[in-house]
Amino acid sequence: MPQLGSFSLLVGLALSVYAFGAGLLAIFWDDDRLGETARRAGIGIFWAVTSASAVLVWAAFHNDFSLAYILHHSNRALPGAYKFAALWSGQEGSLLFWCWLLACYGLVLRLRYKVDTRLVAHASVVISAVQIFFLLLVNVPAHPFAMTPGAIPADGNGLNPLLQYPEMVIHPPMLYLGYVGMTVPFCFALAALIMRYPGEKWIHITRRWTMVGWLFLTCGIFLGSYWAYRVLGWGGWWGWDPVENASLLPWLTGTAFLHSVMMQEKRGMMKVWNMWLIFSTFLLSIFGTFLTRSGVVSSVHAFAESNIGPYFVIFLAIIFAACVFFFVKNRSHLESEHKLESLVSRESSFLFNNVLLLVAAFAVLWGTLFPVLSEWVTGHKVTVGPPFFNKVNIPIALFLLLLTAVGPLLAWRKTSGESLRRNFLVPGIISLLSGVALVAMGVRPWEDVSYFYSTVTIMLSVLVASTVVSEFVRGGLVIARHNQGIAWQGNIFYGMYILTRRNMRRYGGYVVHFGVIVTMIGFAGVAFYQNTEKELGFGDKLEIGHYTLVCRSYTQDDKPNYSSERAILDIYRNGKQIDTMYPEQRFYKASGQPATMVANRSTMLEDLYLVYTGKNPENGHPIIKAHLNPLVWWIWSGAHFILVGTLIALIPNLQSKKKKTAREAALEAAVPVAAGGD
Amino acid sequence: MSSRMGSQTTATVTPLRRIASHWGILLLLTSVLLLMGASGDTTGQRFDRLGHNLMCTCGCSQILLECNHVGCAVSEQMRKELKDALATGQSDDVILAGFVTKYGPTVLSAPTTTGFNRVAWIMPVVIFVAAVGGLVWVVRIWQRRSRMQLAAAPPLGAGGAGEELDEFRRRAREETEL
Repeated sequence: MPQLGSFSLLVGLALSVYAFGAGLLAIFWDDDRLGETARRAGIGIFWAVTSASAVLVWAAFHNDFSLAYILHHSNRALPGAYKFAALWSGQEGSLLFWCWLLACYGLVLRLRYKVDTRLVAHASVVISAVQIFFLLLVNVPAHPFAMTPGAIPADGNGLNPLLQYPEMVIHPPMLYLGYVGMTVPFCFALAALIMRYPGEKWIHITRRWTMVGWLFLTCGIFLGSYWAYRVLGWGGWWGWDPVENASLLPWLTGTAFLHSVMMQEKRGMMKVWNMWLIFSTFLLSIFGTFLTRSGVVSSVHAFAESNIGPYFVIFLAIIFAACVFFFVKNRSHLESEHKLESLVSRESSFLFNNVLLLVAAFAVLWGTLFPVLSEWVTGHKVTVGPPFFNKVNIPIALFLLLLTAVGPLLAWRKTSGESLRRNFLVPGIISLLSGVALVAMGVRPWEDVSYFYSTVTIMLSVLVASTVVSEFVRGGLVIARHNQGIAWQGNIFYGMYILTRRNMRRYGGYVVHFGVIVTMIGFAGVAFYQNTEKELGFGDKLEIGHYTLVCRSYTQDDKPNYSSERAILDIYRNGKQIDTMYPEQRFYKASGQPATMVANRSTMLEDLYLVYTGKNPENGHPIIKAHLNPLVWWIWSGAHFILVGTLIALIPNLQSKKKKTAREAALEAAVPVAAGGD
Repeated sequence: MSSRMGSQTTATVTPLRRIASHWGILLLLTSVLLLMGASGDTTGQRFDRLGHNLMCTCGCSQILLECNHVGCAVSEQMRKELKDALATGQSDDVILAGFVTKYGPTVLSAPTTTGFNRVAWIMPVVIFVAAVGGLVWVVRIWQRRSRMQLAAAPPLGAGGAGEELDEFRRRAREETEL
């Protein structure tokens, strides 16, 4: 079987080279038949890489320790789901998984070639070039089917205990779907630039693909955050680790693109800017992958140091050079149809939003790379950790939050002072009242900068929520009034439903904004966290906030994959028992590593988060660390709103069929021009 | 034409100036309140703050108070050292300097504001100011150009005005559809 895997990878590489070469020649010679063979070769890549991935999974399930990768990332007692997850747990396997996802995206792109044959043919050549690179990696420096040297051990080293959690089975695929998904919009954008694509169809296609990639990336980031919170046991959800930062970089530029693309679609502006945002998003996806896999920066959960770094550097240089070359060559094609007319307009709010997102991306990148730069300049490394990132990024995030409130209510082209006053008077008053309410509840923003940030975050979130709700209510009322007297259609909720269905993208976007502010409220809670640590014997008490924890007992267990110890703690609130919690520590036999199983009791107001940190060797009493984390529930709830909002934005509008047909006719008319070449 | 546009500009800027001045007052008040609130904190709060300014040196790359390394002897020892230093009544700077002497500069969780490390803090601010300033400057240039184009355009109402208006309506519908 391993030979079949190796062979499949070679076939995949050969097919990608063919898809690239034949696709390129087909465009130059205008040869449709040759182009069709390239497209089919592209589809063939999917089958080849699927077969190689299946072989690796098969080897994990059959405990084939003759493969070095399986030996290092699996063991006999590992549960089935984690054996499957072994595919992306190590360097080589995860690169193979990357290739497979890229092949999946490539398959969809090539199967949907009728959407615009010539554009897809160009995009297919670009994606083939990317496939060549990743297939080269898994065929040469990071071969997942390398054999175990010497005698084959009876059992494997096992999977890293930190990865043996359900969240880790879905977090990496989501993140990779996001990273790899950013390849498709890049391919369409570069293809459109290369062929000087007439019209705006390419930007619609690119936007939808970017939204798909962004959706997965957002899912991946939140799942990773949830995993860090529930598994790592330090009581936080974001540590500004280089691996986390690497995922944030393309997310920030992708978010900027999803906003500024509206200016191109509606007003024919910002074409150069959008093109480079797409290029940057893809380049940052690759750069992030390079960071986490090359050992350039040290990280809590990066892959082991390897020799694939130079390959990534060369690939990045080639891609960047290609982007610059075609941009310089075809720049005239990207001239704006309109210019910005006022600083107080929807367009300028998008521009400011973009600038802030890019400054945030720069700050994250700068902080991540500064230790390397410092070592290079001064000869010694420094640490750039959470204090730096928080100080730099929190003010930027607050400005962005302000723009989230202001932007959607500004008119295109120019907004008058009167309109500003009319739209913001009520939300502004509500926001100020929320600030007063916080002070009345005992929050003292003047006592500490973290309290100040939290108060401002909550006030701005209320401002955004008020503007979003007012938009829905106003629109819903107009439609309800219009439908007055028509049975059940005359109510505001039906009006709001119709409003959303008529412009899914706009109102889906509002739901996303609402999700963002719910998440931000969760972030604001960090200023008020508490923690304490205590050794607990039978009947001992630990107090935190309004909770009292009483140690009832502690137990031990032995399972094939691990042995465990756990404390049984009764939780009291105001003298009344409300729950029993079981913080646990496991010792994984194959890897010989310990890991914690956090016990968490989550409510809308706060999380009671308990960690079994070890036991006193003298008396065997467990040492329990308790965290009281306010508002964490809001972070995960906000993520749900963001996902639902993005899905809404991806659904076509209710009544746009007629309009679409007219637009399609116009675009179809433009295709012969495209076929005619430059 | 130019005087009409001039009066339009004034009408738009006045409420904005008012808003800006309100924000300015708010910002000033906030700064004063923050300064008033910058008082000394308890030993527990100092431990928490300084513990978050230090890294665990066991190789886990985590903040000292957040090291989740099960049974980590290094973080345990470092926390004890921090508690002892706080008990002696040393200032924050002296305590942090003591850790740097013992564990090296990577023990600090953020760059200091001295020497080359200053660049780490300055660059994001420079980029922010340059980006926002550059944006305002570019928008102003675009505004000026668009006014000049508007002034140079033939007046409406001549032949074909109806078609032109229809075209403007179509564009307005398309641009405000979002």
